[in-house]
Amino acid sequence: MLRYEHLSPSAVWSRLEFVPEAVITASLLTKKYKDFAAVDAISFEVAPGESFGLLGPNGAGKSTTMRMVGAVSTRTSGTLRILGLDPDDNGPEIRAQLGVVPQADNLDMELKVRDNLIVYGRYFGIPRKQVAKRADELLEFAQLSDRAKSRVDDLSGGMKRRLTIARALVNDPRILLLDEPTTGLDPQARHILWDRLFRLKEQGTTLVLTTHYMDEAEQLCDRLVVVDKGAIMAEGSPAALIKKYSTREVVEVRFGSERNAKVAKQIEGIGDRIEVLPDRILIYSNNGEAELSEIVKRGLNPITSLVRRSSLEDVFLRLTGRSLIE
Amino acid sequence: MTSIDSVPNPVPELVERRAGAKPRRWGTLYVAEHRLRAMRAYLQTLLVTGFGNPLLYLFGLGVGLARLVNAPVGGATYLEFVAPALLASAAVTVAGEEFSYPVLMGFKWNPIFFGMNAAPISGLQIVNGMILSIFVRMFPTVGIYYAFMLIFGAVPRVEGVVDILVAVLVGMSVGIMIMAYTSTIKEDHGQMAIIQRFILMPMFLFSGTFFPITNLPIYLQWIGWISPLWHGTQLGRVLSYGLVEPGLLTVVHVAYLVLLAAIGWYLSARQFSKRLNA
Repeated sequence: MLRYEHLSPSAVWSRLEFVPEAVITASLLTKKYKDFAAVDAISFEVAPGESFGLLGPNGAGKSTTMRMVGAVSTRTSGTLRILGLDPDDNGPEIRAQLGVVPQADNLDMELKVRDNLIVYGRYFGIPRKQVAKRADELLEFAQLSDRAKSRVDDLSGGMKRRLTIARALVNDPRILLLDEPTTGLDPQARHILWDRLFRLKEQGTTLVLTTHYMDEAEQLCDRLVVVDKGAIMAEGSPAALIKKYSTREVVEVRFGSERNAKVAKQIEGIGDRIEVLPDRILIYSNNGEAELSEIVKRGLNPITSLVRRSSLEDVFLRLTGRSLIE
Repeated sequence: MTSIDSVPNPVPELVERRAGAKPRRWGTLYVAEHRLRAMRAYLQTLLVTGFGNPLLYLFGLGVGLARLVNAPVGGATYLEFVAPALLASAAVTVAGEEFSYPVLMGFKWNPIFFGMNAAPISGLQIVNGMILSIFVRMFPTVGIYYAFMLIFGAVPRVEGVVDILVAVLVGMSVGIMIMAYTSTIKEDHGQMAIIQRFILMPMFLFSGTFFPITNLPIYLQWIGWISPLWHGTQLGRVLSYGLVEPGLLTVVHVAYLVLLAAIGWYLSARQFSKRLNA
């Protein structure tokens, strides 16, 4: 096994130039807290320039995985290489090349907006003059130039998030790690954020993000893994996952919470597969309209009905028997 | 056209920066720089307390109380006697402020330590950076205090100037110990107030600050012996007015303060790393 700790930093760097085919390689990666396995032997690779997602409900082990990839949390077992380096040996070298957007903002509330970028840039050893210039450029990118002198506390949730992303870019990272980047934001703020992230993706920044929003995963990820209870359930592009684990369309019908279960029996045989949820029944089929008219033909009149395309939510439901957001 | 559409290009010297060499070497300084920048936000308060405290204490205790206490203590006037103790207490006050809430905050309310650690800064560097920044903040505070002592005529000997270093050493040894504890706090149940009221306050009262600890009944004197403030105060008195004590005891004063700081530093570094890298 290659070890780098005896090498000077520049020698480490010179190896990086040709090592990474995959910028992240995890193999049987495990994190245990006492007997509980928060991450249970997961394996995945991320290619340079790829936008890779971990999709799963709260408590699935996404954040723990991100902290290990971010070279701050030490793994219990398995192998992990970030840019060809082992985080156990070269944490600072790895972290010097990552941008991290944590789940909860940890901007310094005692500092003004622009100063937050400056002190953070200094952590990477960027000279003061350069970091000042970089801060101004990033404020523009984050559409916060007019708030440079504001207190962080006075920013909206979406603005804080954008500032955190700007801060994560201060060292021009090779990989950007985003843990639940839009959780808690209103729809408009989410769209602004997605737009910024999409630009980064277009420029070839490698993105790794966790989310429990299927629309976010569909928008931003080239490829993703579905995680649940610390394990990977499936892997592929959003389209491929939908194709493999779901049908083209879904009929959603509601009969009221009391009738749903009873009606489910009468619907049997319609569509490829039926999921009965507490508030509605899902019928998976490649021709939703046809199934819906069959339901009506059987004399069952749903209170509401909807035919839609399958989403990652359906994939998750199929794989785990549970909804993503509970 | 603005550059909104593009993320700025990489700046030069990227290669060296990315390899993490600078953060590994200078990380402590970057942390201190960050903290000092944050302190600048309440610079005014620092100045007011920095000048106001010595004025109030020296007047109230040193001058006012001294009139009441006619007896000279061990060959010194009462003002000369209390001044080194007040100086060391001033350093402990700064330590009590800067090593308590800011540490709890950095882990919990505004978890900036996690942000530093996500950049290439280690737990040990954060500990060292905190210590360095608080040293930079404490030194002038104590220096100003000492200047007032001179103005009040509380320091008969030139060697007294070394009291500044002694006071900072006391502040650091108490403060670093406080940090070792506050870094373990997960939930705030008013532990800070307990430290303030049941550790720092009794220490201030029973460390031979206002009277020699030999005036206390023997069963209370131990508070003085384990109190870094007492060791620092006695050391300060040796320097400022030539208090006579066994030479070995003077060595013990220094060794005790250094030892406390070292233990606190070791525990803090361990706890920071444990908490950041769980």
